Amino acid sequence: MKKVKALQAAMVACGLALTGAVFADGHGGPSAEALSYSCAGCHGTNGLSSGPASPTLAGMPKSVMIETMQGFKSGDIPATIMGRIAKGYTDAEIEKMGDFFAKQKFMSAQQSSDAMLAKKGAKLHDKYCEKCHSEGGSIEMAVEDEVGVLAGQWKPYLHYSLNDFVSGKRPMPKKMKKKLETMHKKEGDAGIQALLEFYAGK
Amino acid sequence: MSKFTRRNFLKASGAAAAAASAMSASTFAIGGAGKKVVVVGGGMGGATAAKYIRMMDSSIEVTLIEANKDYYTCFMSNEVLSGVRDIDDIKFGYTGLGKHGVKVVHAMATGIDDAKRVVKTSAGDFGYDRCIVAPGIDFKYDMIEGYDAKVAEDIPHAWKAGSQTVTLRKQLEAMKDGGTVCICPPPNPFRCPPGPYERASQIAMYLKAKKPKSKIIMLDPKPKFSKFGLFQEGWTKHYGYKGQNNAGGMIEWYGTPKDSDDNVLQSVDAKTKTVVTGFNEIKADVLNVIPAQTAGKIAKAAGLTNDKGWCPVNGKTFESTIKKNVHVIGDAAIASPLPKSGYAASSEGKVAAAAIVALLNDGKAPTPTYVNTCYSVISEVDGAMDGISVAMVYAWDEKSGKIIKVKGSGGLTPSGKDRDADMRAREVKYAHSWFENITADTFG
Ligand SMILES: Cc1cc2nc3c(=O)[nH]c(=O)nc-3n(C[C@H](O)[C@H](O)[C@H](O)COP(=O)(O)OP(=O)(O)OC[C@H]3O[C@@H](n4cnc5c(N)ncnc54)[C@H](O)[C@@H]3O)c2cc1C
Ligand code: HEC
Ligand code: HEC
Repeated sequence: MKKVKALQAAMVACGLALTGAVFADGHGGPSAEALSYSCAGCHGTNGLSSGPASPTLAGMPKSVMIETMQGFKSGDIPATIMGRIAKGYTDAEIEKMGDFFAKQKFMSAQQSSDAMLAKKGAKLHDKYCEKCHSEGGSIEMAVEDEVGVLAGQWKPYLHYSLNDFVSGKRPMPKKMKKKLETMHKKEGDAGIQALLEFYAGK
Repeated sequence: MSKFTRRNFLKASGAAAAAASAMSASTFAIGGAGKKVVVVGGGMGGATAAKYIRMMDSSIEVTLIEANKDYYTCFMSNEVLSGVRDIDDIKFGYTGLGKHGVKVVHAMATGIDDAKRVVKTSAGDFGYDRCIVAPGIDFKYDMIEGYDAKVAEDIPHAWKAGSQTVTLRKQLEAMKDGGTVCICPPPNPFRCPPGPYERASQIAMYLKAKKPKSKIIMLDPKPKFSKFGLFQEGWTKHYGYKGQNNAGGMIEWYGTPKDSDDNVLQSVDAKTKTVVTGFNEIKADVLNVIPAQTAGKIAKAAGLTNDKGWCPVNGKTFESTIKKNVHVIGDAAIASPLPKSGYAASSEGKVAAAAIVALLNDGKAPTPTYVNTCYSVISEVDGAMDGISVAMVYAWDEKSGKIIKVKGSGGLTPSGKDRDADMRAREVKYAHSWFENITADTFG
């Protein structure tokens, strides 16, 4: 393996990112890269989704990845297909993918946003959500707050998630439940729509 | 042999790839690399492997030999038949791969000299350290009297997307209301097991809207098919279906019991659009004959196929078990339990890429992991959005030397009393997302 190491060092010196995937020696199961590359067909290369609905995974905090995958596995988080897929991975494999995707660069989805509604959404966000999804649910603060990103995530995906929260199909933190329910009671589905337009515009 | 010098490489890869090439050039000097991989076939398997080799180790020269300038995806081509999509929506080019430093040569590969490690093509010879063969499928025309490659231009199989997809669409558009569409699915094993049945669904969706008195008859040489229950449930719900071997709905499906030849296709009369099976004779207005399949021609020419016409491989590296240093991926390979699908071809491409990069760097092949998913869109009109899927995660079992399904993973979209209309609508959206993402992952 000496030559490989030298090559690796040389490539790092050239500023090339050489993935560890190919140098794994076969012990300890598939590498983080090998596991994560196989998600790309649905979530995009390195987790950057081209949409229109599949969520971007790039930049997702590791703890959120683990919690979400375990939620899919147990069935706590409703899903069309992730339940069937998450059950294919051990806890250790999910950890590896958590490491991989946390390192990938997030980019906001390219999608339309209604500016008028977004303005209203901004206000609702500040009132009900900002406390835990700070700076408008931005990726930077999502990492800090250890929550899923809202700003720049694909709109249809967030819409499904919020519908599942509101309808009680998906469990959520108690305090979030209170805020979301209050918001929904007051503003109705129009409130959800406004929030979605706000996140889509960021 | 070494037509493929570094200078040629730098020249040929074009401006877009210049930066990447320059970087790899500096690693040649230090790392003593300059290893060469030639990929034959730039479809789902080959294009993915070429891109991912370059992503994993940009010191490796990758040349892709692809016959066509444009690639039309088979998946979502059924939406072209129903008119949901235009043919240009499923067309992809190769400039994206150039940006990863893959040298794309549009030529026909004609043979492989594995002793000299040379791929022979209509544009000359290309030397390799390792070669990947991903040619997709070829058709066994000789099993059906009156049907061959030429007849297929008028009576399309449309099982490779492109001009035949357009022909079939035009025939459907020209058909009168009250006409009969006859689909003859192929025997196992074949490309995309749910494909013919998604096709029937998409055509039915078009007919229901535009020509509601028409019908679709499927004459199938098999006793059942992929997502059997899900499709029949969907047909009953959306299009009228009276059960197996029953007439009366818009879709009729006739199967063939084991050890019988009831609906095994015997002959096609192109003039009258009549097909004859062991038991049935149908005169159609639009006829879609999908012949039995084998690995793409080059696989046979290169001596990579077994007596059944498919390529045996080691599932850990996808290296041929017949020829050393040649890897076969995608539909052409025997990768069972992985099906012959685009997602599987892509997954195999990544496994082969990682193995080849490791082996060319004097390492050992890493432990692979594989995923497959096949979406089918049964209906996608307002108020009736119905997408279904089958998924599976696979692992490598070192002990048995086989690819195995990971227990507890995968399976089908819930049906029957567990059917959830909201989730079905989401699956349509996610099927379209899958299309966007896998094509970007392959060609972007
Ligand atoms: C109607 C239909 C629907 C489908 N739907 C789905 C779906 O929903 N999901 C899914 O996962 N899969 C689907 N598939 C299957 C999927 O399209 C194939 O499994 C996949 O394309 C296989 O990839 P491949 O790389 O093996 O072959 P291909 O993608 O066919 O690529 C082979 C390439 O090699 C080139 N080639 C061949 N021979 C040579 C040569 N001698 N020299 C140079 N170039 C050559 C060809 O031009 C072609 O570009 C569908 C298929 C059909 C027909
Ligand atoms: C067949 C397509 C498909 C594949 C393959 C796939 N996913 Fe997903 N993923 C989805 C869909 C669709 C959703 C939305 C939930 C649902 O309906 O299943 C999703 C949601 C997720 C989410 C939730 C994201 C969020 O922000 O809440 C995570 C995490 C995730 N997937 C991880 C993965 C990982 C890791 C892999 C690879 C091992 C993977 N997925 C492979 C389709 C896929
Ligand atoms: C008390 C803190 C708190 C408040 C207030 C809160 N959330 Fe959350 N939210 C969380 C936590 C923690 C998670 C991560 C756990 C989970 O996914 O279930 C989360 C997750 C989510 C998710 C899922 C992210 C994903 O990637 O799947 C969405 C969407 C969301 N919140 C939206 C909102 C909206 C909209 C509001 C305001 C109406 C809100 N939240 C208010 C704490 C909060």
